[in-house]
Amino acid sequence: MYDAVIIGAGVIGCALAQRLSEYAGRFAVVERAPDVSEGASKANSGIVHAGYDAAAGSEKARLNVKGAGMMPGLCARLGVPYGNPGAMVLGFDESDRETLEGLSRNAVLNGVSGCRVIGREEILALEPHVNPAVVAALLVPSSGLVSPYELTCALADTACENGVEFLLDTEALGLSHDAGVWTVRTSRGPLSARAVVNCAGALAGVLHNQISTRPVNIVARRGQYYLLDHSVPLKFRRTLFQVPTRMGKGVLVSPTTHGNILLGPTAEDIPDALDTATTRGGLDDALKKARLTDPEADLRQVITTFSGIRAHEAGGDFIIGRVEGAPEGAFEAIGIESPGLSAAPAIGQELGDWVAWYLKLGRNLSYTAPRPLPKPFSGMSDAERREAYENDPEYGRIVCRCEQVTEAEVRRAIRRPVGARSLDGVKRRTRAGMGRCQGGFCSTRVMELLSEELGVGLEEVTKAGGQSRVLSAPLREAARDE
Amino acid sequence: MSEKVIPVDLLVVGAGPAGLAAAIAAKSAGVMDLVVLEREDEPGGILNQCIHNGFGLHRFREELTGPEYAWRDILKARELEIPVHCGTTVLSVTRGKRVTAVSRERGLEVYQARAVILAMGCRERPRGALAIPGTRPAGIFSAGTAQKLVNMAGFMPGRRVVILGSGDIGLIMARRMTLQGARVLACVELMPYSSGLNRNIVQCLHDYGIPLLLSHTVVDVKGRGRLSGVTVARVGEDRRPVPGTEIEYECDTLLLSVGLIPENELSLGAGVRLSPATGGPVVNDKLETNVHGVFSCGNVLHVHDLVDFVSRESALAGAAAARYLQAGKPPFDRVPVQDGQGVRGTVPQRLDLPREGEPEAVDLMFRPDRVYQNHYVTLSAGDRVLLSQRRLILTPGEMAEARLTPEMLKALRGSALRVDITPQKPA
Repeated sequence: MYDAVIIGAGVIGCALAQRLSEYAGRFAVVERAPDVSEGASKANSGIVHAGYDAAAGSEKARLNVKGAGMMPGLCARLGVPYGNPGAMVLGFDESDRETLEGLSRNAVLNGVSGCRVIGREEILALEPHVNPAVVAALLVPSSGLVSPYELTCALADTACENGVEFLLDTEALGLSHDAGVWTVRTSRGPLSARAVVNCAGALAGVLHNQISTRPVNIVARRGQYYLLDHSVPLKFRRTLFQVPTRMGKGVLVSPTTHGNILLGPTAEDIPDALDTATTRGGLDDALKKARLTDPEADLRQVITTFSGIRAHEAGGDFIIGRVEGAPEGAFEAIGIESPGLSAAPAIGQELGDWVAWYLKLGRNLSYTAPRPLPKPFSGMSDAERREAYENDPEYGRIVCRCEQVTEAEVRRAIRRPVGARSLDGVKRRTRAGMGRCQGGFCSTRVMELLSEELGVGLEEVTKAGGQSRVLSAPLREAARDE
Repeated sequence: MSEKVIPVDLLVVGAGPAGLAAAIAAKSAGVMDLVVLEREDEPGGILNQCIHNGFGLHRFREELTGPEYAWRDILKARELEIPVHCGTTVLSVTRGKRVTAVSRERGLEVYQARAVILAMGCRERPRGALAIPGTRPAGIFSAGTAQKLVNMAGFMPGRRVVILGSGDIGLIMARRMTLQGARVLACVELMPYSSGLNRNIVQCLHDYGIPLLLSHTVVDVKGRGRLSGVTVARVGEDRRPVPGTEIEYECDTLLLSVGLIPENELSLGAGVRLSPATGGPVVNDKLETNVHGVFSCGNVLHVHDLVDFVSRESALAGAAAARYLQAGKPPFDRVPVQDGQGVRGTVPQRLDLPREGEPEAVDLMFRPDRVYQNHYVTLSAGDRVLLSQRRLILTPGEMAEARLTPEMLKALRGSALRVDITPQKPA
């Protein structure tokens, strides 16, 4: 019997698991995907929103501002890339001024300081590559950046090191309650727990509606992106939003924590919450809108395109806490769309404390605070590189040339508490394969390392778990079968 | 491991065919203090995975496999006692020719070179760069990655294959995968002509009955874990898909052979200026970049079709680096070389002609921007025509050449040189 089972290993589930691991109890996270951070947490804009736009008084506004405030310290403790370049919300029409002034007033109500509306001249002085047709902008100094999947993986590691079990490749199929005990029916058999927490992202609605008297309608809202190569000097320093629309914050042009440029996302409501395909129309739309901000956006710099699914709840706000109308012990954090990433540290903390209070759990006296992830080789000084090599000569072998990832780092990513099990898992933890050649050169070596470290045959190595095997058969067998 | 800087006269980045040929030429010309750094564990570069034959026809008048071709240069480099450090990745090159590299054997090393030859080769354009819509399953490989998996690791990447792009590696892999028992359903090319060598289209597609669909592209990718199929459509003259022309292919593998990109990240760090037409450095007739003493050759300079020409070009760079080290740079006049009508990516982009003494002949290399039949390659300076030669066929898939003789170079008299493809011989 678990004290609590968390459903979903995205940034919310992992932040919650990390918080709960500070309490004495038995916890599990179940995740349908073969790795953590496989849903919206791996495919979003990576922005730590300041919190100027969510409706004053909403959970979104409160948790965004609180979470964004926690983010720099959390990232430093975990060793996860974080940056604070600031942002601008660009207006290209005279009528946008009013909207921007409104956002500025809203910022004050939400407790976000330093925002102000600036004119064209100041915009172009700060960001010279912005479309000169810009009229006005809201300058948001406290807007930040985080690497969302690295954050999620690091939270999962901390939770795992402190005893939380991660049951991956395990889909939660249903919830039932009997005599004070919850049963989570999963694809690998039932789990019993005193409490359950639904953090299932875009798929959370089904589970919620099984047990709640107040049904929700979680809409899968897809966003398509272009990722551009990192260049020196960086073309834009800040995150550049456009004036928001009914469908969200609109298309942004933003640097990432690794110096790439991201264009997107679109916002399309789709029926299948797992349909992360990109479409011609969506990509064209993202580019067209991004070109309003950056008319010179250069498609030759594109290294990949992707899409992610936000879990939009029709009511528009986060739904966090006890599941309404359900028996005791059912909790949830659902409808966590933007600014969910920014709010994640706050949601994890508040909800974790609440669940622990409900379960009457004491402190985990053997809790070990996270050790920050080591600095990546690519970001080290020569002296640091020499030292790293002294300690581990596998820092001398570059596996991924585009992102300068070493063999030592790939091996460690596989050996982490919630370690990489696939090419994509290695990519998200080390950046090997995330650069301009997209794994063309390094994937064969990474496959060998996965095979070696996991003790499986090369043909069993997958791109992303499940059916995604990279190879079909050794040559001699392929020839024999025909 | 020491922190001291290692002085060296000539440092060559890369021990593929370009780096080896350059180092051999430099050492033969008397550069005794040189080192070649290679990131892979063996010298030879991409040739090591090219186990098909057809290499060396021009240079050796023999048909060699890739490894056989590479082996000749590797032996020569050994004979000349050229130090080639493998497993060594160059991390940066500065404008001042300070080179930082790392290896498992020796850790971090910093070299101070007097001259550098950049011979890093090229990389394949990945799927992401084309923004092909659809899912992102396993089973999509660049042709070179698939080649490495089959020829080096001994594994088949899949059984039912569609190839996008008709670059040479894709064509070679169509044949290779077929011979290993896979079904290659089609080779799909966006342009109305192939970007591969004609001999490869015949020997790798036609001989195996694999259809080549020109003016077609992949418009959708399907499958969640592993690739399950692709949709191919015809494109119009604007290269946009024409609705209603879709063909569905059930396949577990999509190979991409959609272009090679000179790998110049190190060059950029050194302050080397790149040409938008070639993606490689802007060089003079000695293959020297805008940074004095930094030379460039092979596929990092511009993507070649044939290794024979890589070797020839790189030997030139090696000899030029030797001369630079021995004699410095004599006074010269700079003459730009311009891409004219129908011409893309002429290398070199400028001629540094000595003020004194006889200039040496220069081979210009370029690609036509489309297929031309029965046209003239014309070299001119202002309104003076220096050369106009008839060519029966010019295609973007095959690099074209024209030779500037010492007489023509003298006749330039300081004006810019233009390369044009014209329907008629100019008057």
